[in-house]
This record gives sequence, structure tokens and C-alpha cells, in this order.
Amino acid sequence: MTARPRSAVSRVFLNIAAIVVIVASLFPVYWMVNSSFLPNSALQSTAPHWWPDEFTLKNYQAAFGDDGLVTSLLNSMAVTGLTLVAALVFAFLAAIAVSRYRFRSRTSFIIAILVIQMIPAEAMIVSVFRLLDGWYLLNTIIGLSFVYIALVLPFTIWTLRGFVNGVPADLEEAAMIDGCSRTGAFWRITFPLLAPGLIATGVFAFIQAWNEFVFALVIMTRPESMTLPIWLRAFVQATKATDWALIMAASTIMAVPVIVFFLIVQHRMTSGLVSGAVKG
Amino acid sequence: MSTISIPEVASSPAAPSDHGSPPKRRKFPWTPLALLAPALIMLAVFIGWPLVQLVIMSFQKFGRAQIFGAPPEFIGLQNYAEVLTDPEFWGVLGRSIALCVVSVVATMLLGVAIAVLMTKLGAVMRTAVSVSLLLAWAMPALTATIVWGWIFDTQYGLVNWALTQLTGENWMGHSWLIDPVSFFAVAAIIITWGAIPFVAFSTYAGLTQVPDEVLEASSLDGAGGLARFRLIVLPYIRSILLVVLVLQVIWDLRVFAQIYALQSIGGVRAETNTIGVYIYSVSMASGDLGAGGAISVILVAILLPISAYWIRSMLKQEES
Repeated sequence: MTARPRSAVSRVFLNIAAIVVIVASLFPVYWMVNSSFLPNSALQSTAPHWWPDEFTLKNYQAAFGDDGLVTSLLNSMAVTGLTLVAALVFAFLAAIAVSRYRFRSRTSFIIAILVIQMIPAEAMIVSVFRLLDGWYLLNTIIGLSFVYIALVLPFTIWTLRGFVNGVPADLEEAAMIDGCSRTGAFWRITFPLLAPGLIATGVFAFIQAWNEFVFALVIMTRPESMTLPIWLRAFVQATKATDWALIMAASTIMAVPVIVFFLIVQHRMTSGLVSGAVKG
Repeated sequence: MSTISIPEVASSPAAPSDHGSPPKRRKFPWTPLALLAPALIMLAVFIGWPLVQLVIMSFQKFGRAQIFGAPPEFIGLQNYAEVLTDPEFWGVLGRSIALCVVSVVATMLLGVAIAVLMTKLGAVMRTAVSVSLLLAWAMPALTATIVWGWIFDTQYGLVNWALTQLTGENWMGHSWLIDPVSFFAVAAIIITWGAIPFVAFSTYAGLTQVPDEVLEASSLDGAGGLARFRLIVLPYIRSILLVVLVLQVIWDLRVFAQIYALQSIGGVRAETNTIGVYIYSVSMASGDLGAGGAISVILVAILLPISAYWIRSMLKQEES
């Protein structure tokens, strides 16, 4: 479906609707960034400041001067990094297995992956808490990372599998006829073609681990082991009456990496979830 | 690799195995199993085992004493009986469903409308709309909730300021989160705002598949705009809309971060719990893991049949 010529009146009407959509979508993001660059006194004045006319970096200095934020930022980076690397490696191996080999339980594995993705994390907090408690992994980066790796694996395997399927196995076979070993053919031919898939999957794992809230809330309860979302939530509760400017700076610090990475892979997000339906 | 037998490759057609030569015994699939092992172990230990434990625990008396080492005692269906006869559980469930229905209906209507709008815009405007939607989509749910909490802030919030300007009455100091009804209205706005981009982009992707010729032909045959949408466009995007709808229902029923964060900005916890937050408060705050387990099993039992549609449609893709 593409645009067809239409009357001037309806074109004006459509563009007004578009502007409403743009403003409604952008405004909260803009308001967060705007408020983070204003002194708190400006936020507490009677008329709103629509742009950072009293521009200041004080809030960011204060945020990075807060031990809680720095600690939780480091925790989040550690957990996210571990999750990203492990999930990528494990999902990559599994995707090869599911995509390049036929074995009997292959379909059951794929079904299991889809079912697992639909199990609500909220329902698992109780038993995951107990599991980690039993292994003395509560309040540890390793413990939370284990949970996140398992949590993102189904989607990462599914996505990577799609990418591996997209590289024709004929290419590998041709290389093997030319004298490559199967492993050699894979590393020299298929792997380079998978790079975009690995990036997309990695970014997905990053966003999931960086944003995750429920498990972190249950597992990382000590102040020194909190991740960024958990610290931010507690910080909002403690300071909302007094310092929204600082809160907005902290929120921006948490949101910016996600927004940047998300923009890199956004089109995979829709197609990964509804591609079955698109193809009918 | 020194073995002679090359594992069958996925893209090769499923050839019949009796190819004149005597039927070979299928080798045990060591290679794929080894490749799958790390993922399988992680999934089994951190998802499979907790799931089994969850079901077992829901049949046990499991409170603080058991967390500190007392052996749990099997009490049959007592946890379920207690949960299902507790009016608070039904209140929570009703609230979750109501919030889900309102958010899903609003998200679907606005999302589809925006998708249709995007097909009718010029290239520049369409790109601007796409980029704005992407930014809203990328916002983490938690930070989105905090920003909306600031916009609806009691003392200095933008909404109160705007209402004061518009109505002439003094809205400054009006709390949106203290009253459960307006708390959920704010929650629904946050959830809908965050969910619309996904619906809009998916629907837009579906709409671009509708062939122009068919639309033109129908318009020559005298079909009006609405008739064209209902009779031609809708059948094309029906399956996409269904998948998106199912995902929205699931995501909105189990919403956690938005409700929990909004409660810490200013809601009354007991009157605004939804089912995810309720599981957390029963098991973690009150320490009744048995009851929490029972509620969790009930939540899974509600959600999995709904997910079945999505799982089926993904498997259909797998076959093709």
C-alpha cells in the first residue's frame, strides 16, 4: 500500500495527525532530557521550562558523584557483559545445531524454546530465588547473570537460527568440495556472513539484561549489589519530592545506551516476533 | 573432522534413506548434542528446574521457617484453596484483567490507526513518525514510568500545570496516583505509550504487503474507503493483527516494572497491585512462598493457553 494522490484538505488533516503522533511519542523522551539539564530550582518554578534555558550539567555531576549510582552502574555493566558474551556463544552453538543438523528431538527443542519464551518471569521469581539461595548465589553478579543468560537464550537462539538458515549450506558444501574441512568451511564461509546476526542478537541480549527488573529486584537486594534499574527505583522513592532534576539525569544515564543500541537493531525486533504471521 | 559420514545438512531435501544401499543405522547425533549442551544445561538448570520446584512448592507449606531450613510439608491443594477463596486475589486478578483490556484495546486501536496513517503520509512525514515511534519504543519501561511520574507529579507536574492553565481552577497539588482509578489511568497511558510503536510497525509491515493493484481494482469497482479496508486490507493483515494482539495481552497481563515503579512514586500498594506485583509481595514481602507458588502456577495456567496461538504461528513459520 502506498500513498495515492489526495485532496489538499485531507493532506493537511493527515499531516496534523502525524504531528500529533510525533509530539506524543517524542515528548516524554524530550522532557526527560530537558529536565536533566535544568537546575532543580527551575523544575520547581511555577511555569515549566520548555527548553534548557538555564542549562547546567550539575545534575550529571551529582549523579556520578553518588556512590549508589556508580556501584549499580558497574554492577549492571558486569551483569550485562557476562550475559551478552555467554548468551551469544551458547546461542550461536545451539543455532548451528538446530539449523545445520537434523536430529530427532530437534522439533521438540524448538517448541520448548518457544514455550519457555512465553513463561512469565514473574511466576519464576519464587523458585529462582530459592535455587540461588541454596547455592549461595544471591546478591552475586554471577548468580544474576546465570538467570539472565537462561532468560535471553530462547530469543537469541531463535533469532540466530534465522540468520544461520539464511546462509545457504550449499556455500559450505562447495568449499568442502574445494578441499576445506567441514569446520574450516564453516569458519571461513558461514561465520563472516553471520556477523550482522551476531550483532543484532548481542544487542538484544544487552537490552534485556540492562533493563531487566523483576529478577534483579528479588536477587540483588543489598545496596552494594543492586543493578541500575533497582537502584534507580529506590532512588526515585527516596528523592522524588525533592529532586526530580537529579532523577531525570539518572534516568537519562540508564536510557541512553538502550536507545542507541535499540536503534541499531530495531527492524529485527518486529520481524523476529511476528515473522510467522507476515508470511502467513 | 576425519569421519566419513557428513551429517545431513538442513537445506538438503529430506531424501528417502533407502537409496538402494542397505539401510544404515542412524548414528547418535553427538555433534549437534554437544553444540546444544551449554544452552540446554542453562535452560534446564535456571528455567526447567525452577519450574518443577515452583509446582512442587505450590503444594507445600513453605513460609519463613522453611526458608531457614525447616523441612517443607506437603499440604495438597491447601495453598490453591486459600488463594482462590481470598477476595484479595480476585481483586488483584480483576484489576490486572481490566488494566490489560483497557491498555490492549487502546494500543491496538491507536497502533493500527497510526500504521494506516503512515501508509498515507509523504516520505518525509512518514520518516519523522517512524523515528519518533522508535525513540518511544526504545525507552526502557522503568525510565518511561519515571518520566511519566514526573509529568503527572503532584506539586510541579506538567499535567497539573496545564490543567490549571486550561480550566482556571487550581490543580497544583492534585495527586494522580493516590486514587486507584486515576493510578490505573496513568498506568494505562504509560503502558499504551510504550506498546504502540510495536503494534504500529508490525501492522505497517503487514499493510505494505497489500498489493496496490487489488486496491485499485476494488476502487474501480466502486468500493469506498471503509469497504476497501474491511474487505481487502483486513484479510491481508488478519494473522499479523492476531499475533500482535496475543503478544499484547500476554505482556500487559504480566506487567510488572511499570506498576511497581509507579507504586513507589506514589500509589497505595494494597489497592493497586496487579498479579505480577502481587506474586512478589506475597512471596517476597510476606514470605509465603507456597501461596506465591500457587498464584504463579495460576498465572502460567492463564497465560500459556493464550500463548498457544503465538507458538503455533511461529511453528508454522518453522515448517515453511
